[in-house]
Amino acid sequence: MSALFAGARVVAAHALRESLRRRVFVVVLGLTLAFGALYAWGVNELFQDVDEFGGSRFLDAKTLAGATILGLAMFGTLFLGVVLAVFLTLNAVRGDAERGLLQPMVVRPLGRGAYLLGRWAAAATVSGTYVVVVFLGGVVLTKLVGGYAPDRIVTPALELAGAVALISALALLGSIVLGTTANGIGVLMVFGAGLLVGLLGSIGDALGSGTLTDVANVASWALPFEGLYRDALFQLVADASSRGGVTGALVQLGPLGGSHDNPALFPVFCVAYAAVVGAVALLAFRRRDL
Amino acid sequence: MPTARRLADVPAALQVEGLVKRYGAHTALHGVDLQVDSGELVGLLGPNGAGKSTLTKIACGLVRPTQGRATVAGHAAGSTQARTSQGYLAELFRFPGWATADEVMLLHQRLAGSTQGAAERADLLALVGLDDARGRRVEAMSKGMQQRLGIAQALVGEPRLLLLDEPTSALDPAGRRTVRDLLVEVQRRGVAVLLNTHLLSEVELVCDRVVIIDHGRVVTAGRPDELVRPRGVEVETAGGRRIVAGAGRADAPRIVAELVAAGEQVYGVQVLSSTLEDVYLDAVGDSEAVRTGGAA
Repeated sequence: MSALFAGARVVAAHALRESLRRRVFVVVLGLTLAFGALYAWGVNELFQDVDEFGGSRFLDAKTLAGATILGLAMFGTLFLGVVLAVFLTLNAVRGDAERGLLQPMVVRPLGRGAYLLGRWAAAATVSGTYVVVVFLGGVVLTKLVGGYAPDRIVTPALELAGAVALISALALLGSIVLGTTANGIGVLMVFGAGLLVGLLGSIGDALGSGTLTDVANVASWALPFEGLYRDALFQLVADASSRGGVTGALVQLGPLGGSHDNPALFPVFCVAYAAVVGAVALLAFRRRDL
Repeated sequence: MPTARRLADVPAALQVEGLVKRYGAHTALHGVDLQVDSGELVGLLGPNGAGKSTLTKIACGLVRPTQGRATVAGHAAGSTQARTSQGYLAELFRFPGWATADEVMLLHQRLAGSTQGAAERADLLALVGLDDARGRRVEAMSKGMQQRLGIAQALVGEPRLLLLDEPTSALDPAGRRTVRDLLVEVQRRGVAVLLNTHLLSEVELVCDRVVIIDHGRVVTAGRPDELVRPRGVEVETAGGRRIVAGAGRADAPRIVAELVAAGEQVYGVQVLSSTLEDVYLDAVGDSEAVRTGGAA
């Protein structure tokens, strides 16, 4: 087992070094700073409007505005993190094998399991760290510019990191059976479909449609990154929701996918899900002729 | 006797028995048997599509056999122990363009679990003539330099068996000669080599044994000097040159004596033998003809 992790560490370090040398992080940093600047501008404009509106007895406008804009930032953060995770893994097996990069590595004693684990660890670490840092940056900006702080910070940050780690695992699995382009398109479509179903769930909640809600709940289990995202949205407004009223009802709807709390064992399920995806990936990789 | 027994106990660097590989309806290998002993340099010859690369890939664990078994230093091909004992250079390989030669070597030291450190990297880069290019990026190297770097990385971790899949296919004559010299040096270090190639000259010059494979079957195997056959004796007389077909070296004195006895003047005698190319074309002639549209 120690050999597996030692090999995975070598592969992960190599993948991270490649990202550094290819200036992936420079590009990501530049785009993220641009995103942060636009977000700060948007928050400033929003809260100026909120201050002019002033709210009412029934509506806490500042909470609604803060939860909505931070929820949107969370969606943007998750999207960028998913793009990063996908691009770090989409060609890990078939793409690299077609280019002749993979064979010299996997004939070494480290083995295919360590290679997969290393590639996943690199992608999950980079994209997970990225979403946590950007999310916390969004929280700080929202507090500094708009004066709004979410009800929870740590849990949603960890859930975002978990979501991109799951996407990394799915992209890695896809890279074994699909070519680079097909895998990238496929994983991003699965991600989009997951969020769409979450949005349908929030519409179902608002309309009282049991069918739509059930579809969203099933999707949360089938594509647990979506469940983590919905719960992360919920955690932003957990206290406001529990207070009820118009504000509580509105913030629960959430932007781009309704907030929804998960069962206590959902994180355990996510770990088991990632383990199953990893096991299937390893089985497929071991059976693959290179 | 005790020494002989110990040598017999040493497993072959590569042992292949009854190897079959099917890709769907296509059978790439039909029960191939092959052995490469320690320190032996074996050339694997055959036309394109004969199954050479498939055999090499099975030996290094990249491809799973349908039937049969392959072992490297006594361990099942593809197992951790087998991978520890082998070095491999694929026909189509690539190293990250952003990495320097030294970084490529360092990566493969880590992957192979080698603890030889900078000394091993310096030694191997010097062996392939890249000691001055250790800080050069792969993307700034010529194809020949990359090929030599590939051989150097394959030697990381002191493998018992080196599997080379067409290592000179993209090289100019000077580059091929460099690789040939390298192979001789590698063999001198006691490393067994399976050289998959279709360049007969390489095999003829450096290999201890030749295995010719066609349509997934071994069609000829042996030492190069064993494989060549007498083609006749050429005699130059006043009447011109003539060839006595089927005659060998032992027949030359008798042929000359008979000609002299018959009153002819003999100016020269030469024993003719087939080249490895003749042997190869005899073995795979039909395949070559098909692949070259009948030209062979």
